[in-house]
Amino acid sequence: MADDVIVRFENVTKQYDDDPAVLDDVSLRLERGKFYTLLGPSGCGKTTIIRLIAGFIEPTKGHIFMDGQEISRISPSKRKVNTIFQDYALFPHLNVFDNVAFGPVVKRMKKSDIADAVRGALRFVNLEGLESRAIAGLSGGQQQRVAIARAIVNQPEVLLLDEPLSALDPKLRTDMQYELRELQRRLGITFVFVTHDQEEALALSDEIFVLNNGRIQQSGSPTDIYDEPVNRFVADFIGESNIVAGIMISDYLVEFAGRQFECVDKGFNPDEPAEVVIRPEDLEITPADRGKLRARVDSQLFRGVHYEICCYDENGNEWIVHSTRKATVGDEVGLDFGPDDIHVMRLGETEDEFDKRIESYEEARYAV
Amino acid sequence: MQYRTRNIYLIPYAVWIALFVIAPIVLIAYYSMFDIDGALTVGNYRRFFTPVYMGMTVRSFWYAFLVTMFSLLVAYPTAYLLTKTKHKQLWLLLMIMPSWMNLLLKAYAFIGMFGTYGPVNALLGALGIGTKQILFTEFSFIFVAVYIFVPFMILPIFNALDELNPSLVAAARDLGASGWDTFRRVVFPLTINGVKSGCRAVFIPALSLFMITRLIAGNRVITLGTAIEQHFLVTQDWGMGSTIAVFLIIAMGLTMVLTGSGEEGRQHVK
Repeated sequence: MADDVIVRFENVTKQYDDDPAVLDDVSLRLERGKFYTLLGPSGCGKTTIIRLIAGFIEPTKGHIFMDGQEISRISPSKRKVNTIFQDYALFPHLNVFDNVAFGPVVKRMKKSDIADAVRGALRFVNLEGLESRAIAGLSGGQQQRVAIARAIVNQPEVLLLDEPLSALDPKLRTDMQYELRELQRRLGITFVFVTHDQEEALALSDEIFVLNNGRIQQSGSPTDIYDEPVNRFVADFIGESNIVAGIMISDYLVEFAGRQFECVDKGFNPDEPAEVVIRPEDLEITPADRGKLRARVDSQLFRGVHYEICCYDENGNEWIVHSTRKATVGDEVGLDFGPDDIHVMRLGETEDEFDKRIESYEEARYAV
Repeated sequence: MQYRTRNIYLIPYAVWIALFVIAPIVLIAYYSMFDIDGALTVGNYRRFFTPVYMGMTVRSFWYAFLVTMFSLLVAYPTAYLLTKTKHKQLWLLLMIMPSWMNLLLKAYAFIGMFGTYGPVNALLGALGIGTKQILFTEFSFIFVAVYIFVPFMILPIFNALDELNPSLVAAARDLGASGWDTFRRVVFPLTINGVKSGCRAVFIPALSLFMITRLIAGNRVITLGTAIEQHFLVTQDWGMGSTIAVFLIIAMGLTMVLTGSGEEGRQHVK
């Protein structure tokens, strides 16, 4: 199993001068051939992580390993890592061919080998025939592909992508998401993708690291993170959420909005205060007397695929509902949801503690 | 209506150009047609192509080239370091400040410093090397000229380096380039326009330097600038002085064309 790990961070901290650490005691493992996403708001430390992997900066504390070798202080030019920069950083004084050939040329490859490698890389990103074009004359999507070709021609083991889609218009962005995922499958190398766009992260990744304030809040598959956020930050950042204060009465029983509900969470202390998450798409609008909660429709927006309906219950909690059916503003309605739709989060629980608690459920399930 | 107002604003500029650029050039060209006795002639031009003046021309170009080259060698690393410092605008200001001072003042200061009893020779004596003749040598001429021109070289190079997108340098390193390769293949080509305008700002005035050729080089270095001054002020041969000036103007124009064409040319290359 250890052979599958390509990049490993051991308690890495990055701090500039006396400012608060931009990356605070982070440990992580990246395996070969997987698509990873670092997700978080700006300033959360996600770009710092890929700059550390690329070698543009050195950790203040801790160790970074690649292929089992410590690389914390090795020059970026000696790492089997390449980066796609946010602004692509294509060399404006070189044409497409010379941009892609830059890596092979500075590695003093033979001329004929360079030409073959460059042509191969350009074919890979469907840019054949544009070899002699100037960078300024290319569209955003084409520049993006040149940047990819320029990186993969060096046959890196890890490709770092620093918000590469943020400069593209939404339609092209979706197309490029498919292309990136496809590219990663064909190359079979590790991708580390940085984004602040949660939809992009959910669509592309094998595994997501959610970061905030220089710490990893949660890591896991897109569905894990979406369905089982460890804390309020993750729940709020990934998708839309209704988060209300509640009390965990006992295992499988939670109280919020003035009532008690059956749920699937356990392992809390009796009567422990907690936060309850219900996703807007898990709420269903019913006639007022049939739902588990009574609420009044306050406002409604048409979002294309669904209506976004904002309701307030009798206790003043706000509930956002995504429904394909229209509601009437001002109406008294019922809100229905199942025990599975309720996700209870412990206040201030870390990812490790959360994982332990989840494991105890699994054990309990097998024990039955 | 709008067109006419714009023309009104242009009047001071047009007057300035006519009085101080076009008129002097016309006058210089006119005077170059007369010999010392006031007779119309092309003899001045014939004289310019004799070995005496040809030698002077070659020397002028050679010294201007040396001054430009050493200025570049000093200015590029300096400008590079400036962009890396924390208070770069302050440091830049300090570097530029000497250029605000009068040229003659600076020349006289160097006479004091390089003189037989000046601090430089005192230091050489203390080091056991002994007193040297520094003033009135080619070395002192180049040294002082470089000192005077370096700020004009630093400024455009600093601006070019400061505008360079740092992620391009990161990209070069990321693609495996050594520090030297990054400089040679990315940083220098992308700041070449700054280097060109710096060279222009140094080479053209250096071509017609005359004051410090006498004060610092003790007339050991005779350039076209010196020759013009001598003809106008000493021999009173305004015709010959003007003829040399005509060739200097042509040389400057050529330098402008040769170093200036890069910027627009590159962007249209497809």
